[in-house]
Amino acid sequence: MLEWKAFFRSASFRTNLALKILMIFVAIYFTVIFLAMGIGVFFLIKKEMDLDPLIVVNRFMIYYFLFDLMMRLFLQKIPVMNIRPLLTLPIKKSTIVNFALGKTMLSFFNIVHCFFFVPFSIVLLIQGYDVTSVILWHIGMWSLVYVNNFLNILLNNKDYLFFIFIVLVLGLGTMQYYDLFDVTDYTSVFYQGLFDTKYLFLVPVVVLIALYAITYNYFMKNLHLDTGLSSKHSIAKTEQFTWLDQFGTVGTFLKNDIRLIKRNKRSKTTIFMSVLFLFYGLLFFASGIESYDNPMMHMFAGIFVTGGFLFTFGQFVPSWDSAYYPLMMTQNIPYKGYLNSKWWLIVIATAISTVVASFYLYFGLEIYLIIVVGAVYNIGVNSHLVLLGGAYTKTPVDLNSTKGAFGDKKAFNLKTMLISLPKLLLPVIIYGLGYYLINPMTGLALVALAGVLGFALRNKVFTWIEKIYKAEKYKTLDAYKQKG
Amino acid sequence: MIQAKNLSKTYNGTTVLKIDNLEIQKGESFGLVGNNGAGKTTFFSLLLDLIQPSTGEIINNDFRVDHSESWKSHTASFLDESFLIGYLTPEEYFYFIGDLRGQNKADVDALLQKYEEFFNGEILNSKKYIRDFSKGNQKKVGIIATLIGNPKVIILDEPFANLDPTTQFRLKKIIKELADNPEITVLVSSHDLLHTVEVSNRIVALQKGEIVKDIQTSSETLEELERFFAV
Repeated sequence: MLEWKAFFRSASFRTNLALKILMIFVAIYFTVIFLAMGIGVFFLIKKEMDLDPLIVVNRFMIYYFLFDLMMRLFLQKIPVMNIRPLLTLPIKKSTIVNFALGKTMLSFFNIVHCFFFVPFSIVLLIQGYDVTSVILWHIGMWSLVYVNNFLNILLNNKDYLFFIFIVLVLGLGTMQYYDLFDVTDYTSVFYQGLFDTKYLFLVPVVVLIALYAITYNYFMKNLHLDTGLSSKHSIAKTEQFTWLDQFGTVGTFLKNDIRLIKRNKRSKTTIFMSVLFLFYGLLFFASGIESYDNPMMHMFAGIFVTGGFLFTFGQFVPSWDSAYYPLMMTQNIPYKGYLNSKWWLIVIATAISTVVASFYLYFGLEIYLIIVVGAVYNIGVNSHLVLLGGAYTKTPVDLNSTKGAFGDKKAFNLKTMLISLPKLLLPVIIYGLGYYLINPMTGLALVALAGVLGFALRNKVFTWIEKIYKAEKYKTLDAYKQKG
Repeated sequence: MIQAKNLSKTYNGTTVLKIDNLEIQKGESFGLVGNNGAGKTTFFSLLLDLIQPSTGEIINNDFRVDHSESWKSHTASFLDESFLIGYLTPEEYFYFIGDLRGQNKADVDALLQKYEEFFNGEILNSKKYIRDFSKGNQKKVGIIATLIGNPKVIILDEPFANLDPTTQFRLKKIIKELADNPEITVLVSSHDLLHTVEVSNRIVALQKGEIVKDIQTSSETLEELERFFAV
C-alpha cells in the first residue's frame, strides 16, 4: 500500500508519464524478443545445426544464468521499502521481511524468463519430449532463476562483484572461443541432468529454499536502525582544492562538484559508466557483430565512447543539487557560473575519455578519428543539449542511496539511458548524409563542424537555459521537496 | 526594511496565509510565533521567493523579491536541512558560503573562531560530513553559516528546535547580540514563546495564516501570549 501511494503521489509520476510509456514499450520489446527466442530457438537449432536443441540450450545455460545475474547486479533495484516507519508499528518483523522479499520475486527480471522458458517447454512437449522430464527441467530452471534473484539481493552491497562477473564471463567466453577450456563441458552435464535424471531437479529447489532462508535471516538480523538500515559513516577529510580558486565562481562550484562526485555513491556511478561506455565501442569497431559494422553505427559508437559521463552526469544537472536547492536559490548565485562549472566538468571528462580512448588507434586511424569527431560533437552540441534537458528534469536525486540493506541502491537505470537516445541520432544522420552523398571525410567534417558551431553558440544557449531555470524555479523547488 | 502588502498564499482553495500589511523596520528583532500550520514557514518561504504568492508582494530593501534578485546579496537564511550540503564537511560548507558571499578564507576563519563556543567543539575538525551529524549539530552549522558575509537581514526558522539547553542559551545570546546591532534585521520564528520573547523586540502571532497579535516586547508580553495560546 505505502509503496503504491509513494509511486502514484510522487511528482515524477506525472511529469514522467511519457517516459513510463516508453519504458513499457522497451519492456514489451524485450518480452517479444524472449518470446521469439523461446519458440524460435528450438527450430533454429534443429534446422541450422542439426543437433538436439535441448542439449544445445543446456550447454549455453551457464552463460544465460551468468549473464542474467550480471544484468541483475547492474540493473535490478531492490525494492525501496519505506521500512523505517514500519518497524515500530505492530507488524511482525517476519511479515515485513517476507513482504520485501516477496516483492522482489515479482520483479520484471524474473517474469521476463517466463517468455523464454514457458514457450520453449511447450515446444519441447509438442515435439514429443518426455512430459515428466520437461516439467521437472522446467521447475529446475525456474528455481535457478529465483536463485539468481536472491543471490542478487545478497550480493547487492558489493559493487566490485559486478566487475568480477564481467571478467569471469569474458574469460570463460574467450577460453571457449579459442578452445582452451570449455566450461560448458562441465556445466551442461548438470543442466542436461535436470532433464535426464528425475529427482536432480531437487538440487536447485533445495538451493533456492536455502537461499531464501539465508536472505530471510540476513534481513531479520539486520532489521535494526543501527545495522541493516543504518547509513555507513565514513571518515571525512576537508579538501580545499585551493588551486581551483583562480577560476573564480566556476572554481567555487567546480570544487563542490568534484566533492559531490567523490563522496556520493550515486554520482560515483557516473564515473563507472564513463569507463564502461569507453569500451562500448569495441562491440562496433572490433567487427565482432556484423550488423554493427557499418558507418552509421560507427558514428553512433563514436559519440558513446567519449559521452558516457556527459550522458549520465549531464542530464541530472541541476538534480544533483536537488537536496539543497533552496539553499542555492537563496544565495547570491550567478547561474552562468553554476552552469559553466558543470559544463567544464563535462568537457574535462570528455577530453580525458578522448585521450584514454586512443587505444582505439589499434583499429586504425579512421576509427580513432570518428571518436575524436564524436568528442568534438559531444563538447560542442551534446553538452548543451544535455544541460538544456536537465533544466526540465525534476526528479530529485537521492545522493545517499547507500542506506544499508533496504536502501535504494541502483542509481543507474533504464530511464537514464532512454533520455539520452535522441542526442545520438542527429550526429549519426549528419555523418550518414556526408558519408553517402559525398565521402567519409566530409561526413566527419560535417559532424565536427556541427560541434564547432554549437560551441560558438554557447553563450546564447546558456542565457536560454538560465531563463528556463528562472521560469521553472518554483516548480523545480516543489518537485525536489518530494524525495524519491 | 521588509514590507508585505496584500500578501496571501492559497493552496487548492485553502488560504494558508493572509497578511494585509506588515512592515518590519531596519534593525528590528522580529519574532514570529504560532501553532503548527499557522503560516510561519510559508511566510518565510515567500520572503525568500521559494514559493510564489497568490496575491500581493513582499519588498525587501526596495527590491520586490519575486521580480529582482538583488535582495539575495544582503539576506541570509536557514529554514531547514535543505539549506545544508550534506556531503561537505562543515569547514568546506562555510568556505563555500563564504565564496558565494565574497568572503575569503581568513574572513570565514575569523567568524568561526568567534563562534567556537557555540559549536561546543563538536563541529570543526570533526572528520564528519554534515549528513552524518545529528539534527542539533546540523542546525548549529546552518545557523552560523547565515552569519557569514555580514548580511543585513537574517532569517531563521525554528532555530531553537533540536538544540540542547546549553546551545539554546548560547544561541539566545548570539541573536540578542545581532539584535543590538541597528544595521541588522533579525527574523526568528518559533513555537517556544519564552525563547522568542527573550530575543525579540517585536512579536507577531499568526493563527491560521492571519496576524492576530502584533506587540512590542515588554515585561507583560510573555503573559499576554501565554494567555492567548492557552485555549
